[in-house]
Parts: sequence; structure tokens; C-alpha cells
Amino acid sequence: MMPVLSVLAYLLLAPLVGGLLDGLDRRVSARMQGRQGPPMLQPFYDIKKLFTKQMIAVNSVQMLLNLSYLVFLAVAGSMLFAGADILMCLFILSTADMFLVMAASSDSSPFSTLGAGREMIQMMAYEPLTLLMAVGFYLATGSFHVGDIIRQPHSAVLVMPGFLLGFIFITAIKLRKSPFDLSTSHHAHQEMVKGITTEMAGPTLAVMNVAEYYEMVLMLGIVALFFLNEHWWSWPIAIVACLVVYLLEILWDNAAARVKWRTLLDSCWVATLLTGGLNGLILMLVR
Amino acid sequence: MKKLAKSPWLLHYDASSCNGCDIEVLACTTPKYDIERFGIINTGDPFQADILLITGGVNSQCEQVVKQLYEQMPNPKVVVAVGICACTGGVFKDCYNIKGGIDTVIPVDVYVPGCAARPQAIIDGVVKALEILEEKRQGYREHAGKGES
Amino acid sequence: MAIIPILIGWPALMALLIPCLPARWRGRAVYLGAGGVMVLAFLLLGAWLQGGGGIVSLCGAVPFLDHLMLAGEFALMALIVVLSIRHRKYPVVLLSVGQTVLMAWSELTCPVESATHLRLDCLSMLMVMIAALVGGLICIYAVGYMQGYHQHHKDCQDRSGFFFSMLFFFLAAMFGLVLSENLVWMYFFWEITSVISFLLIGYTRTEEAVNNSFRALWMNLLGGFAFAVAIVVASHTLHTVQLGELVADGATIPVVLLALAGLTKSAQLPFSSWLLGAMVAPTPSSALLHSATMVKAGVYLLIRLAPAMANNMTGMTVAFIGGFTFICASMMAIAQNDGKKVLAFSTVSNLGLIVACAGIGAEETIWAAVLLMIFHSVSKSMLFQAVGSIENCLGSRDIEDMHGLLLRLPRLTYIMGIGIAGMYLAPFGMLISKWVALKAFVDADNYLLVIFLAYGSATTMLYWTKWLCKLVSLHHTKAKVVDATHGDQYLSMYIHAAATLGLCLLFPLVSSAVVTPIIEELYGIAHEVLSMSVLTTMAIMLVSVLFVPSLMFLLTRSTHRDYVPIYMGGVNEGDNTYFTNSFGEPEHLYLSNWYLRFEFGRRRLMRPGVIVSAGVLIVMLCVIIGGAV
Repeated sequence: MMPVLSVLAYLLLAPLVGGLLDGLDRRVSARMQGRQGPPMLQPFYDIKKLFTKQMIAVNSVQMLLNLSYLVFLAVAGSMLFAGADILMCLFILSTADMFLVMAASSDSSPFSTLGAGREMIQMMAYEPLTLLMAVGFYLATGSFHVGDIIRQPHSAVLVMPGFLLGFIFITAIKLRKSPFDLSTSHHAHQEMVKGITTEMAGPTLAVMNVAEYYEMVLMLGIVALFFLNEHWWSWPIAIVACLVVYLLEILWDNAAARVKWRTLLDSCWVATLLTGGLNGLILMLVR
Repeated sequence: MKKLAKSPWLLHYDASSCNGCDIEVLACTTPKYDIERFGIINTGDPFQADILLITGGVNSQCEQVVKQLYEQMPNPKVVVAVGICACTGGVFKDCYNIKGGIDTVIPVDVYVPGCAARPQAIIDGVVKALEILEEKRQGYREHAGKGES
Repeated sequence: MAIIPILIGWPALMALLIPCLPARWRGRAVYLGAGGVMVLAFLLLGAWLQGGGGIVSLCGAVPFLDHLMLAGEFALMALIVVLSIRHRKYPVVLLSVGQTVLMAWSELTCPVESATHLRLDCLSMLMVMIAALVGGLICIYAVGYMQGYHQHHKDCQDRSGFFFSMLFFFLAAMFGLVLSENLVWMYFFWEITSVISFLLIGYTRTEEAVNNSFRALWMNLLGGFAFAVAIVVASHTLHTVQLGELVADGATIPVVLLALAGLTKSAQLPFSSWLLGAMVAPTPSSALLHSATMVKAGVYLLIRLAPAMANNMTGMTVAFIGGFTFICASMMAIAQNDGKKVLAFSTVSNLGLIVACAGIGAEETIWAAVLLMIFHSVSKSMLFQAVGSIENCLGSRDIEDMHGLLLRLPRLTYIMGIGIAGMYLAPFGMLISKWVALKAFVDADNYLLVIFLAYGSATTMLYWTKWLCKLVSLHHTKAKVVDATHGDQYLSMYIHAAATLGLCLLFPLVSSAVVTPIIEELYGIAHEVLSMSVLTTMAIMLVSVLFVPSLMFLLTRSTHRDYVPIYMGGVNEGDNTYFTNSFGEPEHLYLSNWYLRFEFGRRRLMRPGVIVSAGVLIVMLCVIIGGAV
């Protein structure tokens, strides 16, 4: 019964939570830049507006592919919140991302194709750490199952701090934060218009935004996984940890300039080896 | 503000401006004027924009571009002409390559005069545009409703 | 079990018959031959299942056949010597003469009585079915393909009779290889496959083809040499040439030499370059020999040896070479824009993963290895066929030329799409097997392989995704393309596509009915590798993969949209294919993929990869053999 409830809660609440977090992000970012910033509910106004706009498109399949992106993200997130296999969840996450890349490529336009290429590089940059992280959970807790991982006597973060560090590093890619925000941008005046979302208008863009909120909650759910254990008090700690990680990402976003893809790839792969790679090696040796 | 559109996204296009007005448009996004207070985002992408903000008069080279950008914006949409050149052609009106103001090519909803237009005036113009946008939205919805039934 | 000689004899007979037939009957003869092979394979399967489906040992002492094979080996040697001297490749002569003389000397001075020469068990039955079904379909495909091929390549002499003959000869040799229990017999068939591969690579007789064919030959002969030495050592020290006894005995030196032979056959680093060069051959031979079956012979031998490689230096070396090849080849695939080259690198890379699994030699890894082998054979053979057909239609197999193929050749694009999805996407079998492999590597405490797999999966994803994106770019071009694909080609590809999807749907069944018995035979016991709940998840996912997109397709198809041109800064020239450049003139829009040639190019990575792997291989061989003597 619990898994069903938690999946339902995820499916219904994730867009709300994601939207609120996005609102918080925009407000905090504005304050960091000495501005007032938009209202907290601004993301919901945006989505509502997008759904009422005219449906323009450059081809007939983009909406289909965007919806597939949404559905696969929801499936990946549901697997995490149902307590299923984390490795499978991550595999589906990359399948979902692939649909987004295909949606962008289907336009056959210069900016979205460039964005799609960069998105693929981003996927290649973060994927090793996500796989190693799943292995890390397996080494630390003896199971790939989220349900087992959260029923350990101690939080996983105690033995896998390196993985958490690495995960915070690559979450900047998934949350589309500077310095790794190469394929699309929330900020004005970037070098390739809106990257993968250039040809997405109105409802299509709204679908994409909702999917991003699902993804955001999924990523924070994985952060929570590091902190959860069998005791009830681990839950508030995990929620606080998620918020802290999110605020760190916002801070980083505002403090760093966008890098080139080469730097992105090199830094992510090296960081993966140094954080997750070393942490995993130690876990394997002491096992 | 309640009844107005809460999430207007801008597309800023420089038709043939001297960059004076463009600097002022960018000034609107700075902390001092903070246009994002109104939920306004400078997107730079016609597919996602509600308001087309144009500076400078239309010349023969950018005429097609302006038309195309306008066409690529989804309904409902409004156009704000910023600066006297965009409104009428300004001092360049009689140049051999200038067609005149933006309204010679696409319908303009709000005119913001000035050389260069002040940020306060630009924000004022955009807020005016929001009212028109809201009206158009109502009209578009009714139209779409009719289309469906 | 009288079917086995017929199964080997029938394709051999067809191979002799086809070149003698007039050209207009050739197609029908190939259909007949291929159909016969498939029917015979099914008959064998039926007979074997009726007999209980266990291990069947066959063919006791048959000195006549032994002598015939020795004569055959000398004939092969003579063929190689003549061709090598004609093309002035003298080192090859040494390798060939050396191993044949070695074998002859061993058989004459130290004859070993063998109780059984052939053996039919689950693994060889599986290999027979793969070779017969995939191979048979590829032969059918080849009929239409070769017609199209010679319409495109007027400069190349039409030797399709010889080509079909070689394909059937190869099938006969492949059946013999996987059914042999006696190493001497296996060696004979092994050599035949090497020589056929050599002949097919040199089909066009261009300079490049000849050079590549000799490279393939010497590398495979090197493996054959190791094979021959292994037989000599086994017969002199252990007095047996039975593969099963050798594995049970765990004899170090023969096992490591056989493993070396397996590595050369499956094109692992440092021997990968022969498979990449083999892509000059006509596509059906690439599909059959260089991805679906022949290279699997190397992997098959390694899986057979796996119990003897568990937890020792040999296994560690093989696993390292496999894992290293997996990541190197998948990185180099990124920088390729030739469709067949990408497939070749991907084949090397996937074989590397299978080899790594076999090298670990644990139950779980063998489970993953066998499944990878099944899925890879079907998907990769389909991809090769699709690329071949596309090449015949477009006159190019450059991925850049496949931009917007979905609008130009929709049927072939769907087939490509299914094949690519089958290679790396959830929930298709390759990915599930990779997942189990990852878990097994962790359980085997081999962290290096875990790292290889993590990074290799990422690079694998990049090269497939960018190809897929190229296909689905909806770019309207004015150039008309005529789908010149023949019906028999489509028949083969459709069956492959159906098999890929079917294998994905029936995944739990394949696991329990096909793979588990193989593990039981190799290890005596088998545990369930996937828990049932995971399989339920799989079923749910599959539904989501099949039903959700089709539902959404129906939903989104009916929604109204207003079409506008793509965004090119407002300077489109009316449609999406031209824009106004800074001179005010129309310019054609050209979108290229990312290839990252400076980072992942073959020129940059191949040499270090070969040096590292060759170094490791040589040092470890010295250590293992030195330690065992």
C-alpha cells in the first residue's frame, strides 16, 4: 500500500513541489543579484499561460516526443518513490532524456540541433557518476532496491560522502544550472537562443517544464536517499538536506559563469573518478 | 495587476536602432529597474514570446525578418515599438533604405516614444501592453472556443 | 541425431552447388539452401528436446574423418600459401605452415583417442539456432542485396556465385565449430572460418580490401597458432583433446592459449583492427561473419572456458582485456561518421563486454554474457542489413547523409530505430544484461570493470543517440530517393525486427528456458539472477513503452497545430532548408553531428589502446605460462 501512495503522491505533488522550488530559486537568485524578483508562484503563472497559448509547431512529432519525455520521467520517478531498483530508475531517466534530445533534433533547426548535441554531451558527462552511485548504494547497503536502502540502521551518507559530493556536482547539469547549463538557458542573451527548447512553444514548452519539475523532485529524492534510514528522524534531516543542496546549487548558479563543453566533460569525468570512484573503491576494499 | 497577464515574456529585436534604445531595454532587466518583478522574462525566442519589443525603424533588409519573427510568435501576442525611430522612423524617416516605423510592416499595439526611450517609459509601455495582451487573450479564447464547437 | 551430419552437410553441398548453377537460378537455390538450414536446425531442436534436451555425446572413433580433416588442413594451408605468395605477404606463410605442421606432427607422434567428437548441449544448441536463423535470413537478404550492390559498384567484378558459396560454407563450418567437442575438430572448423572471412573481405579485390583481408588473416592465424599450441600441449601433457575434460581439469597453459585464440577471433584489443578493416566486405558478410556469428565463435569458446577461468589470473586478464576493449571501442565509435564503422566499433565494444563477463567466470556474468550474445546477434545483424539497404538506396553509408531519413526511407528508418533502441535503451535486453553484468562485476570485487562499464555505457549512449537523432530530424529535402530495397531484404529485416521486439517481450521466458539450463550445464547449479518482482517491473515498463507512445501518438495526431518555419534568426528563405547569408544570398542549411574527433578519434585512441592491451596481454601471458611451467 505504501508504495502506491508514495507513487501517487509523487505523480500529483511533484509538479507542485518542483514549481514552488523553481519559484524559490528565481526569488533567491534575484535577491542574490540585488533584485526583488518575481512572486513565488510565478512558475505556475508561466505554465498556466503557456497552456493557453496558440499551439504552433514546426513538425508533427515534437509534442509526441515531449510527452514521451514527460511520461518516462514520471515512470523513472515513480520507480524511485515506489522503492524499486535504483539502477533501473537511472536507466529510464537516461531513456527519458533521450526523448528530449530526439524532440530537439526532430526540428532540424540550427539552434535546437546544437542544443541537442550539447545535451548529449551533458548526458555523457553525468552518466558515469549516476551508475557508480547506484553501485555505491549496493556496496553500502547490499541492495539496489530503494526500499531496502531506506531501511538501513545508518544513513548511507556516512559511508558514501564522496558520492554525495559527486552527485551535487552533476545535479547542476540536471537542474540546468550554471556553469553546466549548456543546452538551454533560463537566462537571457545566451549564445544559442534557447538551445533544445528553441522551437518549443506554448503547450509543448509547458509539457517540457512540467517534466523538468518531475526531474527536479527525482534528483532531490536521490539526495534524500543518502540521508534516509530506518529512524523517523532521518526524514526531516533528509528534507533539510535536500533544501541545503538545492540552495547550494542556486548559489553556484549565480557565482559561476557558463563553461565550454570540453570543460564540462573533463571536469565531470574527473570529479566522478575522484569522488564516486575513490569512495566506491574504499567501500569495495573494506567490504 | 491582478487582472493583467502575470507572465509576459519578451522578445527584443533591434530592427535598425542606433543601440541607444537597446541599452535602455537592457537597463530594465538590471537590479535598479528589475523588470522580472512582473514575471517578465527576456526570452530572445519568438516561439516563447508574448510581447515583441522592437527598437529602430524598419529598413529593407530587416523587413522580412520582422514579419517572420511576428509570424513565429504564438497568439495572443502584442507589439511594443520602443523609441521614436520604431514609432515613426524618427530622424531616419526619409533615408533611402528606411521604410518607416514598425507599423508599416506589422500591427503595433503600444508606442513608446523617446530618443532614447527611458527605462521607466519602456516599463510603462510594457505594462500597458499587458492590458492589451489580456484583452487579446480573452478574445483569442473565445475565438478558439468557437473554433472547437 | 542423424540430423547433425545433414545439418553440416547440407550447407556444404549448397556451397558446392551454387557456383555451378546459372545466375538466374542462383537466387532460388539460395532461398532453398537457407530455408533448408533453418528447417534442419528446427528438426535438430525438436529431436534434441524429444531426447530430453540434455548433453548428447556423439561420434566415437572415426579415424577416417580425422585423416580427412588433416588433409583439409593441408589444403587450407596450400590455399593460404598460394594467395600469400601471389600478394607478397610472406609472414602469413610462416604462421600458416607453422601451425599446420605443428598439428600434423602432434597427431602423428602423439595420437590421442577421443571418446566423443561432437557434443550437443544447451549452449551449442543455442549457437546452432542463432547461426541457422540469423545466418539463413542473412543469406536470403544477400540475394537482393548483391543485385543492388553490383548495380552500384560497376567497377567490381560480379562474383556473387562465389559469395553465396562462401556464406554457405561458412554456415557449415560454424555448425561444425559449435558442435565440436574434440579440439582438433574445432580447430579445423576454426581455420575454415578464418579463411572464409579472409576470402570475403577481399571480395572486391581492391588494394584496400586485399590489405585488410590479409590483416584479418594474420591476426586470426595468430589465434589459430595459439589454438594449435594449446592442442599440442594438451595432448602431450594431459593426453586429452576434449574441451570438456580440459575445462574440468583447469589446465592453465591450454586454457590461456585457447583464451588467446578466443580474443583474436572476437577482435578484442590489440587485435581489433582486423574487424574494422573487414567492413570493406559486402554487407551480408559483415552481418553474418563480422557481427552476428563468426566473431561469436571466439566468445563461445571463452564462455566454454569460463568455469576454468573463474578466480584466476587467466580470467582476470581476459576480463581486463574485455572491459578495456569495451570502453576504448565505444569511445572510438563516437568519432566515426561511416555507418558501418560505427557498427563495427559497437560490435567490438559489445564483444568486449561479453568477453569481460566470460573472464569473470561467475554464474551471473555468464548469464549476462549469453543474453548479450543472443540480443546482440539479432539486433546487430538487423542494423547491418538496414545500413546495407540504405547504402544501396542513397549510394552512401555516411551518417551525415542520413539526415532526415525518416522522411525519405521511412521503412528502413523504423528498422534502424528498432535496432538502435535494442542496442542501448531500457527496457531492451542489451541494457538489462548490462545491468546484471554491472551487479556481477561488483559481486566479483572487480572495481576496474565497474568503472569501465560506467564510463563505457555513457559513451555508448552518445554514439547511438546521435545517430538516432540524425534519423529523426524532420528535414524536407528536394532530392528524391527511391527505395531500391528488394522484398527478400525486407522479409529478413522484418523478421529480425519482430525477433528483437519479441525477445524483449519474452525476456523472462528467454532467461528461464534458454539461459538457465546453459548455466546449469556449465556450473551444475543455477540461481535465479533476476528476481521475479524485477521482471514484473519489466512487464509494466514494456507496456509503457509500447502502449503509452501509441496512445500519445493517437492523441497528439488529432490535436490542431499551426505550422511555422523553424527559428533561424528570422532569415529563412521561405522554407526550412535555405537561409539568407550575410551577402544576402540564399544558403543551404547543413546540420552536422558532433564527432569529437580530436578527443575520441581513432588516431588518438587506437595506438595507446593497442599498446596498453598488448602490454598487459604479453606480460600476463608470460606470468601465467611461466607460473604454470
